[in-house]
Amino acid sequence: MKHIQTLQKPCLMQSAKTGGCGECQASCQSACKTSCTVANQSCQKK
Amino acid sequence: MLHCFRALGVNMALDVSSGAVHVLDDMAFEALFAIERGGDPRAALSGRYPDGEIDALLGEIAALCEEGALLTEHDYSRLPIEKSGIVKAMCLHAAHDCNLRCKYCFASTGDFRGDRALLPLETGKRALDWLVAHSGNRHQLEVDFFGGEPLMNFEVVRELVDYGRELEKAHGKHFLFTITTNAIGLTDERIEFLNREMHNVVLSLDGRREVHDFMRPTASGKGSFDLALEKAKKLVNLRGDGQYYVRGTYTARNLDFGNDVLALADEGFEQLSIEPVVLSKDSPFALTEAMLPEILAEYDRFAKLYLERRRSGPWMNFFHFMVDLDGGPCVKKRVKGCGAGNEYVAVTPEGDIYPCHQFVGRPGYRMGSVLTGEFDAEMQMRFAENNLLAKEKCSPCWARFFCGGGCAANAEAFNGDISKPYDMECALERKRLEIAMAICAIEHSVQQ
Repeated sequence: MKHIQTLQKPCLMQSAKTGGCGECQASCQSACKTSCTVANQSCQKK
Repeated sequence: MLHCFRALGVNMALDVSSGAVHVLDDMAFEALFAIERGGDPRAALSGRYPDGEIDALLGEIAALCEEGALLTEHDYSRLPIEKSGIVKAMCLHAAHDCNLRCKYCFASTGDFRGDRALLPLETGKRALDWLVAHSGNRHQLEVDFFGGEPLMNFEVVRELVDYGRELEKAHGKHFLFTITTNAIGLTDERIEFLNREMHNVVLSLDGRREVHDFMRPTASGKGSFDLALEKAKKLVNLRGDGQYYVRGTYTARNLDFGNDVLALADEGFEQLSIEPVVLSKDSPFALTEAMLPEILAEYDRFAKLYLERRRSGPWMNFFHFMVDLDGGPCVKKRVKGCGAGNEYVAVTPEGDIYPCHQFVGRPGYRMGSVLTGEFDAEMQMRFAENNLLAKEKCSPCWARFFCGGGCAANAEAFNGDISKPYDMECALERKRLEIAMAICAIEHSVQQ
């Protein structure tokens, strides 16, 4: 690719098949407490 | 859905439905920007670029579409989102009392608009029992000792951790204990305990001394910066690789809050978060929509300094510029959002259960009691169903799979409805996400 560099490949649809274990951290338990931040939480399976 | 944006001098495109993220040259940006707005990319480029180049670019776009990395439209409406009633995380209010009188405190300087109270040990034990009993097959259970100021009830915190370790053995669970503290009550012994037992420690410092001292006075009205800073540093220095955050709050008084993050970094802290205050518009410290341009510009200004600091050292990490593009949460987590009232609850010193710490004391949101065992499963279901896919306001938003639909407590406070996200929060989230993705691109490019 000359004009477009892919930084992240498609991942959401695939994660629907493998995810959902629920072991990940609740976002408000990490640092926020006043603003919802979900996508910076890590997956416990990875 | 496609979202094209420029941040920190980087052209980027997010393919919302697939989660793919691309870095674009100017020509590709123009083409995809035209597509995002329903236009014809060839028409947008024609006459300004050679036809051969345009053909090559359109070929790249077609190939990415073929790979499912661009212009995808996945239907997540039938995504099986469990409504099992499982609760896995608890904000345990060890103290509805505080040794500070912070001017922006959502907990009404620690008492949550009720009587000042400390969590009795027996009530705390019943709260942990309740969590285990409602946790189904979840292995990891999170308990955040919160307040008010939880160190005002440290002995109970210590005994509850011991009790939790007993429960782990009996029930095959693992508690991830965390604590959110203003650091003032730290002693060497307490630091040793917290660094041994706490999965995460959140230390509340606002940044520059004058900002901190104004907003976070003691009960006698003096600034608390000197009372907190050295103790917080000591805890962090002894913590090794353990997780921690130094977390502050910015208000209308310090819209140059990037300087507060940098001030904390100058003190040697690496893991940093400065959060926008959430206050009703009648507060002199509230952030208002009129301030948005200045706030957004400050995130841009700070991001440039942040990148430079991370390059030249000492390294630092800012919570809201973190985005885990590669190892982030699955789409089910993103749809479920923060989990308040569903997977996550708060428990008061009286044993009352609320959807989260911010809902404590709000009329109509008491869910039950860990002492009597009563629990409003209907309210839990209402929160479970209030997921990303159910929020009308979120469906046209490109950031929806990153914020998970926003904060229910803020939605209720500002719009009277847990399903209607608070606009200010959304605007800030979108800005920080663009910057976070641009930082990923820049740092990835440097690594290459």
